[in-house]
Amino acid sequence: MLYFSRWKITTIVLVVLGGLLTTLPNFLSSESLRSWPDFLPAKQVVLGLDLQGGAYLLYEVDKDDYKVKQYQQLEGSIRRALREKPRIGYTGLGVVEGAVQVRIRDAQDVSEARKRLEGLLNPQTTGFGGPSVNEFALDMRDDGLARMTFTEDGLDMRLNAVVAQSIEVIRRRIDELGTTEPSIQKQGSDRILVEAPGESDPQRLKNVIGQTAQMTFHLVDERMSGTQALNGRPPVGTHVVMGAEDNIPYLLDKTPLLTGDELEDAQAAFDQRNNEPVVNFRFDLTGARKFAKVTRENTGRRFAIVLDNTVITAPVIREPITGGSGTISGSFSVQSANDLAVLLRAGALPAKLTVMEERSVGPGLGQDSIEAGKIAALIGAALVVIYMIASYGLFGVFANIALAVNVVLLFAVLTMLQATLTLPGIAGIVLTVGMAVDANVLIFERIREEARAGRSALGSIDAGFQRALGTILDANITTLIAAVILFFIGTGPVKGFSVTLMVGLFTTVFSAFTVSRLLIALWVRRRRPSKLPI
Amino acid sequence: MKLLRLVPAKTSYRFMRWRVLSFPASAIIAVAAVLMFVMVGLNYGIDFKGGSLIEIRSKQGPADLSQVRATLGSLQLGDVQVQEFGEPEEVLIRIEHQGEAEDSQQEVITKVRGALSDAYEFRRTEVVGPRVSGELANKGLLAVGLSLVMILFYIWFRFEWQFAVGAIITTFNDILFTIGFFSLFQIDFSLSSIAAVLTIIGYSLNDTVVVYDRIRENLRRYKKMKLEDLLDLSINETLSRTTMTSVTTLLALLALYFFGGEVIQSFVLAMIIGVVVGTYSSIFLAAPLLILLGLRTSVFSGEDKDGTEDKDSGKATA
Repeated sequence: MLYFSRWKITTIVLVVLGGLLTTLPNFLSSESLRSWPDFLPAKQVVLGLDLQGGAYLLYEVDKDDYKVKQYQQLEGSIRRALREKPRIGYTGLGVVEGAVQVRIRDAQDVSEARKRLEGLLNPQTTGFGGPSVNEFALDMRDDGLARMTFTEDGLDMRLNAVVAQSIEVIRRRIDELGTTEPSIQKQGSDRILVEAPGESDPQRLKNVIGQTAQMTFHLVDERMSGTQALNGRPPVGTHVVMGAEDNIPYLLDKTPLLTGDELEDAQAAFDQRNNEPVVNFRFDLTGARKFAKVTRENTGRRFAIVLDNTVITAPVIREPITGGSGTISGSFSVQSANDLAVLLRAGALPAKLTVMEERSVGPGLGQDSIEAGKIAALIGAALVVIYMIASYGLFGVFANIALAVNVVLLFAVLTMLQATLTLPGIAGIVLTVGMAVDANVLIFERIREEARAGRSALGSIDAGFQRALGTILDANITTLIAAVILFFIGTGPVKGFSVTLMVGLFTTVFSAFTVSRLLIALWVRRRRPSKLPI
Repeated sequence: MKLLRLVPAKTSYRFMRWRVLSFPASAIIAVAAVLMFVMVGLNYGIDFKGGSLIEIRSKQGPADLSQVRATLGSLQLGDVQVQEFGEPEEVLIRIEHQGEAEDSQQEVITKVRGALSDAYEFRRTEVVGPRVSGELANKGLLAVGLSLVMILFYIWFRFEWQFAVGAIITTFNDILFTIGFFSLFQIDFSLSSIAAVLTIIGYSLNDTVVVYDRIRENLRRYKKMKLEDLLDLSINETLSRTTMTSVTTLLALLALYFFGGEVIQSFVLAMIIGVVVGTYSSIFLAAPLLILLGLRTSVFSGEDKDGTEDKDSGKATA
């Protein structure tokens, strides 16, 4: 166990040097890193959100809300299908108990109605040449009661698309805010995880991500006041929407004249008359044409700009707007005008998103945690180093060198893997320091025992390493099992902890069996000891 | 230089005799821990219960807890806990989950921010909805269970079944101790506590495996020795290492506990308890359990292997 061939020594030295070089950038400021030669590694360990500050937001697509909205659209399609000539008489069309329901009046129409409704099932092919599945299922009874619902496959496919599209929209929105590189990932079937390191204002981030930002333009119905409609029954085809600022009810046409999908651009600006922040918008070509037509036909009437079911503003159309552009004013602050412009440019979310989990750490706490972690790690390491030298003398020094190499390699691997270092991760490193010593302790204690059993100094060292190897492997593999499971099941900081623990186990075994063994072998070769120093 | 030795070079303590004490003691503590867990329960953090946790720091001077309480009280948020956190400037606020909806908590956070952001800096906000918290709890349980099973198989594969069962009972005992400790002192039990429990599993097994390794070696070497004597010998031989490693690990953990900051203190505390309990159990529980489990000294000589497997394992409840 004490013989090292020359190439082996070279390899060990190279690994240690490589580790040192890879670790070094972590201890340099970013300025001195810039003047760092290109051929040297310059990557630093990625700090977790708990250390550098930032926001972790887990969203879920609101399935129920999405279903209801889609069912409302389906309701419209059913109405159109049944009104096609020849008309089929029906009653009670609406969304009832998680389905769209309609009753066909005449029994003789049922088979024709079935045919028309089957045309709405919307078959989709799954992948290349896969079987085709219907998005909707139709349950039509002979007495004329029809119910349409999403099929499970259909809903899954829709949700998939919704999640993908939402991620796109969120990315566009966050990019516009200019936060440091956020990570936006799909989680499971209907969740989206947003991690924004360095984000100091999670509230604003949430506002920007969480808003559906569905903008629609509606004509205001003047046949009755909003309050009257709220207390009585709104006329067919209209509904009441509350104002955002004044909390006044407005009676609006249900069908929008235009939607935000037809916008081409939106910019925050200042109103020239009173210097208040406003949002200027411009429709795309078709939108502009529609807008011109609508404003020409309805000059003198009021129209409302509705954002996510609240009326932002309801101006009077004074003249036809043919240029396709307009202004939204409505007691904005500079920031809220800016945010609205961002939202309108990035487009609406296809469904409502719900915050399931939020963790945000301010930059101050992150910095404090790093400082505390550093101090704790240094003190812990110092205690261990002193204790090892006190217990094993020269061999303790060897063990400490191996320990230093261990920590350096641990950092090097973390840097190379670009693994995330979290606060529990720092705890993992400190724990590794404590346990790394264990490998050396096992070996040294074994050497002592072998010496007591009457072996020569050389023989005891040799046997000590050999016999301790099995024990060290067994002991570390059991810990590794726990760490691996933690890695696969844990999230965020806990995952970071398991990564450092796992990497630490490998570097521990390496440093004990190469570095400290090499040091002792070199020492034996020079000194030819007849007595052990421990 | 005179080297420091916590344990004399050669010891011959009769550890096996202590089992008449250590078995009942461990059993009583384990039962007490289970009772504590059932009757008092754990002080679950928001990770498992849902709700919000907010850490704020006064922008000027020490924080005024009663004023923070009064401000939050006027918002009518249900159960709100306000406590000092580490330094007099810092306050930790816990708010129970509100209402039924997943995101009803969001309004609360917005309100709290609005009410306190003038005088306080928001250092940390954590909000966990009820569904996520349920999933996290399941995942945590799954992680602990799965690691126990995997490790059981590994030790079974490397040693004999008595060792595997002994190691699992020992580890289980350690987990119960830790849970009992959490319950007794009502320490916040969060996701990182699960990580701590898993680390304890790893550490405790590490210790146990080292002792078992030596027992296996001695079983091969001294075929005629009485099992009790052989176990004593093995523990005495590894005693110096066991204490050495516990001390170094504890040194590192104590440094973390006192200097590592408030955020990870409960996490580190759990690990400190785990290391102490793990050391105790690998000496006083893991080895003597092998006698109870009917390990025979001939188990590694190859002739009587089947015979040992028939032994009644029904006694294996400590």
